[in-house]
Amino acid sequence: MIKKKAMLIDITLCVGCNACQDGCKSENKLAAGEEKRLSPSAYTALNEYNGVFVRRMCQHCDVPTCVSVCPVGAFTKLSEGPVLYDADKCIGCRYCMQACPFQVPRYEWSSTKPRVQKCKFCAPRITNGLQPACAEACPTGATKFGDRDELLREAYARINAEPDKYVHKIYGSDDVGGTSILYISSVPFEQLGFDTKLDKAPMPLLTWNALSKVPNVVTVGSVMLAGIWWITNRRTEVQRYEASQKQSTTTQTQDKQ
Amino acid sequence: MKSFSLPRITVWRVIAVVLIAAGTVAALARFTLGLGATTNLSDEFPWGLWIGFDFLGIGLAAAGFTIVAAVHLFHADRYEPIVRPAILTAFIGYLLVVLVLIIDLGRPEHFWHPLVMWNPHSVMFEITWCVILYTTVLSLEFASIVVERFKLHAPIRWIHNMSLPFMIAGVLLSTLHQSSFGSLYLIVPNRLHALWYSPLLPILFFISCIASGVSMVIFETLILSRNGRTLLAPELRANLAKIIAVTLGIYLVVRFQDMSSRGVLHEMMIVTYQSIAFYVEIVIGFVIPLALLMSRRVRYSRRGLFISTALVLIGFAANRMNTAVTGMEIWPSRTYFPSVLEILITLGIAAIGFSAFTLVARYLPIFETEQHDEGASAPSIYDVVTDTQMVSRPD
Ligand code: SF4
Ligand code: SF4
Repeated sequence: MIKKKAMLIDITLCVGCNACQDGCKSENKLAAGEEKRLSPSAYTALNEYNGVFVRRMCQHCDVPTCVSVCPVGAFTKLSEGPVLYDADKCIGCRYCMQACPFQVPRYEWSSTKPRVQKCKFCAPRITNGLQPACAEACPTGATKFGDRDELLREAYARINAEPDKYVHKIYGSDDVGGTSILYISSVPFEQLGFDTKLDKAPMPLLTWNALSKVPNVVTVGSVMLAGIWWITNRRTEVQRYEASQKQSTTTQTQDKQ
Repeated sequence: MKSFSLPRITVWRVIAVVLIAAGTVAALARFTLGLGATTNLSDEFPWGLWIGFDFLGIGLAAAGFTIVAAVHLFHADRYEPIVRPAILTAFIGYLLVVLVLIIDLGRPEHFWHPLVMWNPHSVMFEITWCVILYTTVLSLEFASIVVERFKLHAPIRWIHNMSLPFMIAGVLLSTLHQSSFGSLYLIVPNRLHALWYSPLLPILFFISCIASGVSMVIFETLILSRNGRTLLAPELRANLAKIIAVTLGIYLVVRFQDMSSRGVLHEMMIVTYQSIAFYVEIVIGFVIPLALLMSRRVRYSRRGLFISTALVLIGFAANRMNTAVTGMEIWPSRTYFPSVLEILITLGIAAIGFSAFTLVARYLPIFETEQHDEGASAPSIYDVVTDTQMVSRPD
């Protein structure tokens, strides 16, 4: 069985050197130059909160919202973890951008053939046994790649070793059903731009509850409508018949007179 | 065939031509320069005015299915005269939405992809199918009007025999479509403001589109029956108005009940950008017209109906725009206001819709029903006796 991969991002170890972004840009052949926010040419970016640096990127959710909302299935989830995008399928409805709970996908707004852009978790590298370019570039170990189970265990161990330093939470362990990117921090997550109110259940369930009723609506609905048509049609026919009867009686009476 | 024209047609014509021309130029700019240069859409706000327009177009087209269902499926035959205007409105509404979608999509040339690349987990997938299928159903209904104009009797018979399944399909598709617009937002509880987000969104969208669909029909017949023509007898209009009132009432109960059970009523008490928008929507679009339509006098007055249905339509537009835009905004970090080009394109498309409606109404038998199968006299007799029969028949 393929082991689920993950990256553990220890915010306390990040020094803000931007090596992850540089490594990512050269691996993915993106326009060079430091960027402070995610963009079509920055799959990862460092956000600063009073001297604390947080790496933003696609979380590679276990049950990804983007995969579920895309009408043409342009997103796929690999069992190793990466969530990948296929520009040849995409119709550009941008529902993925609207729906992603972490607001990750970016759009090539300036292009006339725009694509959605986001981190690919270096899928070609990790399926070949390598680690992602950013993890390789990180000089401090703030970004660490490995098996998800092991990294979770390691995160717990780090928190337990210094319980006063770390916030007692691994962001991504169970948020929106769990993600491949895990964060630990010494500053409360909500002060670092993380949405800590996200449900533990995967978001696609919210839609599925409604969508799974569609076949029922269709079958029950068509039987019901056909039934109503049949009943009211019958009634109309009866009325019409009675009306014509009445009319013929009146004509007959008129005839007699 | 007939001498029918809208009032002040020339002024309207000039305006329409100007708007369509400006819209076309703007659309050309959008296709040559891309979405980024011509719209205010962004990574923070990937959906804007055009999605709102889609909601409106589809919502107002709801009249099509409400009336078709009432007349052909439930045999409320007295409303027959408005079936065709309703179908035409729906048909044009859907075509406009397709047009907007093509402009809005980043890769319009991939529009057909959902036909072959399936993802049944996606609401957007369901919506695309609804648009395609319902537009097909509507074009068949519309085709029957066209063939009548050209007196092609064989196709008429064929379409009439086929039409029951089509009508059922139409009603179902349209129901699904209305509610699935609400379902689109089920997946963004973290982004859509609590005053609009609700697990009941699909149901709320469905209820409100019935009110707005029926309002649209009344509104249309009121405008179009100037010059001494009346499309709908006052009692029928009043009956429809009663349906609107009941629907608005149900909507308000469901909406507030849901808000209180989710514990978000307190959001109404604080004055924010969003709560003001909420009050405007609820008071203007739901409470006032409900209060007006409860009065029999209003239901029988042309002016009263005109005002109340206009309010319902405004409220409907406000509700959809609030869901699509206001509720998604965070002041001041994430805001959106459409660009001039977005507005021009939208106005141009709306102008195409109005012009198409008047043109079609002029050349096709929209506002008169020709009898072609069962002989001309039967329905009129039936009309006269229906009411007494209804009372006397022990069903
Ligand atoms: S973070 Fe967003 S883009 Fe990345 S996998 Fe999750 S839903 Fe998809
Ligand atoms: S923009 Fe493309 S990838 Fe995103 S949901 Fe739409 S079709 Fe799918």
